Amino acid sequence: MCLAIPGEILEIHAGDHGLRMGTVRFGGAEREVCLEYVPEAAVGAYVIVHVGVAIGTVSEEEAREVFGYLEQIQALADREDATGAGGPAAGPPA
Amino acid sequence: MKYLEEYRDGAAAQAYLAAIRALVTRPWTLMEVCGGQTHSIVRYGLDELLPPEITLIHGPGCPVCVTPVHLIDRALAIAMTPGVILTSFGDMLRVPGSASDLLRARAAGADVRIVYSPLDAVALAEAEPAKQVVFFAVGFETTAPANAMAVLLAGRKGLTNFSLLVAHVRVPPALEALLASPLCRVQAFLAAGHVCTVMGTGEYHAVAAKHRVPIVVTGFEPVDILHGVAMAVRQLEEGRHEVEIAYGRSVRPEGNVPAQRAIAEVFEIVPRTWRGLGEIPASGFGVRPAFAAFDADRRFPDSGAPALESPACIAGLVLQGIKKPRECGAFGDACTPEHPLGAPMVSSEGACAAYYLYRRRAAAAAG
Repeated sequence: MCLAIPGEILEIHAGDHGLRMGTVRFGGAEREVCLEYVPEAAVGAYVIVHVGVAIGTVSEEEAREVFGYLEQIQALADREDATGAGGPAAGPPA
Repeated sequence: MKYLEEYRDGAAAQAYLAAIRALVTRPWTLMEVCGGQTHSIVRYGLDELLPPEITLIHGPGCPVCVTPVHLIDRALAIAMTPGVILTSFGDMLRVPGSASDLLRARAAGADVRIVYSPLDAVALAEAEPAKQVVFFAVGFETTAPANAMAVLLAGRKGLTNFSLLVAHVRVPPALEALLASPLCRVQAFLAAGHVCTVMGTGEYHAVAAKHRVPIVVTGFEPVDILHGVAMAVRQLEEGRHEVEIAYGRSVRPEGNVPAQRAIAEVFEIVPRTWRGLGEIPASGFGVRPAFAAFDADRRFPDSGAPALESPACIAGLVLQGIKKPRECGAFGDACTPEHPLGAPMVSSEGACAAYYLYRRRAAAAAG
């Protein structure tokens, strides 16, 4: 139910009663999406869409953080291994 | 698709699993709150790939599953009222009420229609002025902005034939209720990424501090989930209990402020009964009196008939993470997605449906 997927804004227009609407592309599919809650999002931006309404924008910079954090904890584990302070990985197999 | 496929990368997932193995020194129990996360975990087998010290238990984050029987009965009674079109997300149609479900009501002549968005229900009300169009507004905070927009738009259009039957639930009070239970084994939460996209993380700091429990806001793809697990395990190993975000591409600490404003305009915080969990104070949204004209609960009389649960269904224990679906005697036998006894077998986010879809074959092979 909380499924929301990222899509790219292709164009923005005024809908009924001035509602901020836009066409958003999800892979090969395009859909009309309400953009009222993402006033800052321009054409080309990626928005997170849930039941026809954009609930947030995708941060390009933060999108790489998941891989940055991985490098950080790998470095941490390597350091612990090197100092012999590591967990099970540092010891002989049980 | 951009911003989805990168986070399904097998090499990144393996690297995360190795890093988590190196981090963990003793047993930890984590609960993923959201049913969407449960489905990813079971689908990709993440629970079986993680080191044996880490136990993932499945949380109550399936709004369809926690909608109480009396509200399903209300929806059924409204749907059977002449001149009504009852609209709903597809997930709700098979959820059993006391004596029937919306799919059977439709077969018996009720006008029940599936919509993709509550805004589609508003458009239907505009196109069918002689009918009362009711939208069964089920969902967590993620869905509240769309439902608030539907009410605001119906108001701007001057519609008098549109209303919401609201079954909205809020996550933070449910976490408090789970933590208060003496049966609770949860040591850290993977919080729901899209709920926090809307609400931000502000409501979670008090929960983390009071119960000394790490809360890591987590996404839905396999690498996102492993990122959340890694951050939570690191907190546990280091003795910290903070609110952290492992889904920064979507979640800002302050959330989506315009969406929160619309929610606050249309809805007020009310107590809500959760299927299987009972009434939890301040755990729901209800329509504010200023928008009473759009509240189906006020528009349609309540028969007050008692709600009946299937005695064989252990959904309450599954939703609290106390039992796994396969520990239920009815699982896959008396209870299947085609003939469900309880909501977790119906919804695309229900834990029982996830195990039925992805684990039945494995269980059959093993047993």
